[in-house]
Formats: sequence, structure tokens, C-alpha cells
Amino acid sequence: MTDLVNVALNAEGFMIDPNQWTKEIAEILARQEGIDVLTPEHWRIIDFCRTTGLASGKAPTLRQITVGTGISTKDLFALYPKGPAKKVAKIAGLGKPEGCV
Amino acid sequence: MKTFLILGAGTAGTMIARKMAAHLDANHWKVIVVDKNDRHYYQPGFLFLPFGYYKEDDVVKPIRNFIAKGVEYIQAEVDQLEPAQNRVTLANGRVINYDYLVVATGTDIHPEETEGLKNGGWHQNIFDFYTFDGAMAMAPAISDFKGGRLVVNVVENPIKCPVAPLEFLFLADAYFTRKGIRSKVDIVYATPLPGAFTKPVASSVLGKILEKKHINVEAEFNAGVVDASRNILASYDEREISYDLLVSIPLNKGASFLGAAGIGDELNHVRVDKQTLQSTQFENIWALGDAANIPASKAGAVIHFQMETAYKNILQHMAGQSLTHHFDGHALCYIETGFDKATLIDFDYTHQPFPGKYPVPGVGPFDLLGETTVNHWGKLAFRYIYYMMMRGIEVPLPTDFSMSGKKQILDQSPA
Repeated sequence: MTDLVNVALNAEGFMIDPNQWTKEIAEILARQEGIDVLTPEHWRIIDFCRTTGLASGKAPTLRQITVGTGISTKDLFALYPKGPAKKVAKIAGLGKPEGCV
Repeated sequence: MKTFLILGAGTAGTMIARKMAAHLDANHWKVIVVDKNDRHYYQPGFLFLPFGYYKEDDVVKPIRNFIAKGVEYIQAEVDQLEPAQNRVTLANGRVINYDYLVVATGTDIHPEETEGLKNGGWHQNIFDFYTFDGAMAMAPAISDFKGGRLVVNVVENPIKCPVAPLEFLFLADAYFTRKGIRSKVDIVYATPLPGAFTKPVASSVLGKILEKKHINVEAEFNAGVVDASRNILASYDEREISYDLLVSIPLNKGASFLGAAGIGDELNHVRVDKQTLQSTQFENIWALGDAANIPASKAGAVIHFQMETAYKNILQHMAGQSLTHHFDGHALCYIETGFDKATLIDFDYTHQPFPGKYPVPGVGPFDLLGETTVNHWGKLAFRYIYYMMMRGIEVPLPTDFSMSGKKQILDQSPA
């Protein structure tokens, strides 16, 4: 059983090193965020965020996720309640999305 | 003859046109600026229109007043940009082949992107103040307001001038207080952010001002639907806020021809290097001001600071040199807090706003993150400074961000 003992997290619970991330860690982080089971739809969004986030060095914003995956904002909120961009970023082992300046 | 084409004659387009006309040899270069409007707006003044503090003449001037000598100005809509062909087609059919292109078409509100926002209540009891027409239309609704709930909502970030919604709240509080009906007005700020502002120290200072003024914050509110028949604003996580007057800051997007040309991001803001402001896809294209997708505030002062680095980079590129001038993301914003006071924030890509004095460290006269009358005068004086800058009169403000005279505070709350 994997746990978070060896995973470096910042004060807000975001992983510091995205390379430490594994699917098992994602499942634990998801449970902490109140998502008990990660369905294929959840994974489609996590995979998209991992790919774009690692390429750009930043977690994608809500708008980047909806445009990039074709999933509506409404559905995204159903899968990841409250703040989907922040929640997915956390579960995907990325930093906090910079949606705003 | 070569062509230097600028799309947009707002703050950024006007400034870069003057810079290029001054630095390019008129025997070899033609500088053209295209704008769909014939009016130049002082956009920071829109905030004051709904309260009757500014009138139309204060914020609207003919574009021609600010076009530098030697620059050709064309009033037309852009129909198409073909960056691989170095070609722009205007809606009037004219084709312009360019050697260099600066995109300065800004960012605009898109209320149609939020379900129900434009159906029914738009410009009746739902208004924006990010357009001249919206701000003017709101004025009678504010002066006739007898009481009830006023809701200010930011639909989604990034937006032009992220402090303007706060200023609107502060001014509304002062306006209704002076009118003697503040106790009958419930003021609510619904924002997708976790607090008042994007940067932690300023967010905490501004959050305290909101609290002191009895303005209720509904944080992490992602607006999904407006039901104008019931006067309800609902979030995606199904929170409902009823309103009597809704002041909306709709989704901001860049010009659609930029998306069609493939050089814009998901919001049609042009993808550029955040330090050189050069397009990441086409080396003869630059984007300045609100049209660029840089992680800096979309604000006029940012453009002023950008300009010094941008035109030098363009000239270096023309000379075949590497680009050595790096924009640091510097932003400086006066924030009206009501009752003839204002606060001031100064920040860049890496430093958030801190308390201190500006522009002379330790002296001022302006107080960073302090609420003073002198800051308010600074805000009002800025309109004159703005029009001077648009006419090409240099204003001695330090371009690079500096930490001197500032008190660094460690993060206590999340960004």
C-alpha cells in the first residue's frame, strides 16, 4: 500500500515534485479531496492535465481544461466538485493553477 | 518600402505607433495603425461613469488626436490575419502585406458566454462597466436605486484590471452612504477567487477593507447561469445569489480573428514570450497590452512599462541582433477605496504587492497598500498623465520594478 509519507507537499497540499507522482498517489490524493473512486472520465482529465502541465510547467486553468478536453464546465464540476482546476491539479501532482494575476 | 502594421489604436497601439514612427526611417518604412473605432477611450475612467463622477467628455476623445505624425490611421475592422503569408485583410476588402506586425487589439467582454446573462435582464437590471456603453447605461440604474441587493460578479479570470471590481464595490458603498440609504443596500461580491485579490498580502489588506465596509464576499463562486426571470445568479456548484442589480464582469477574450489565425490561446490572447513580448510562433509578430497572454495584469500602466522593452526588442530583431530587453511584468495600480481615498499596489511577475512608499523609497508621496487622500489625488491626476502619454509627452516614472522602500511580508495565506 502506497502512502504519502515520502511525498513532498507544500503548505496547501500540492506536490512539490511532479515527477514523484504515481497513479496510486493520485488515488490517495483524490480520496483526501472527497473523490472515492476515479472513473475513466476522471482519468481522462487527469491525463490531459499531466500532459499539458508537464509540457508547460504550469497546471492548466479551468478554461484550458474545458477547451482541451471538450468536457463542459458543468460536467467538470460534477466530476470534481467545488474547484475543479485546483482539485485536478492537486490530484495530478501539479502546482496550483495560475488562472489569475 | 516596408510596412510596420499595428492592429488596434488603444493604449498600446497608440504608444507603439509613436515609438516606431520615431525610430524607423520614413524613407524605408511605412507605419500603419488600424482600429475599428474612431474614438479613443480612457478606460480607467469607465469606473466613474455609473456614479456620475465622470462624464462622456472625460473619457472619450477622437482617435486622431493621439495618432503620431507620419503614421497612417485606417478605421476598419480586421477580417482576417494570415500570419504565414504576412497578410491582413480588412473588412472593407483592403489587403495589407506587412513586414512586422504588432497586435494591440486588447480584450473584450463576452456576456454571451454565460448562460442567461444576456437574456432578459441585460441593460435593465444587469450591467457591465467594462465598456463605455455599459457604464453609461448603468448610471440611471445607480441613481434610481432605492435599496435591495447589489451583486458584483467576476465570471472568470483573467480580466482586464483585476482591481476594478473592488473599486466598484468601494465606490458603491460610499455612494449609497452619502445618499443616506446604505442601510437599505446589501452589497455582495461573488468572485471565483478564494479572496479579495489574486496576491496574498494585497488580498488580505483589501479583504479587510471589504469587511470594514460591510461588503459580503462570496468566494470561489464560479458563475454558471443567470436566471433573469427570477433575478438569480447561480454557480456551477449550485449556490444561488438573488440580486436586484447585477454588475457583471463577463468572460474576457481577445479578438476572434486571432483565434482563427492560430496565434491565440483558448481565450484568443496572443501567445508571446512573457519577457520579450514576441509571438512564440512567428518572429515578426509582437503582441502588446491586453491582447498578449502574459501572466501580468491587463492594465494601462503595464503597457507603459512594457513599451520601453518592446520597441527596443523589435529594433534589435530588425537589426538581426538577439533580444536583450526583458519585461519584468511590472504593474502599478491606484485602487479607489471610496470617500476620496485610494490605495496603491506595485508588483511584477515575481514580487507581489507590499506596503511601502512610491515612487521615492521611504518618502512617497504615495502610500503602497495604505488608504490615503494623496493616493486618491494620484488616481485623479492619472487621467491627465494618461492623455499626456498618449500625446507622446514622456512621464518620468521608473520603468523597472524595485523592492527598495518596501516591507516584505511572508505569505500568511494562500495566493
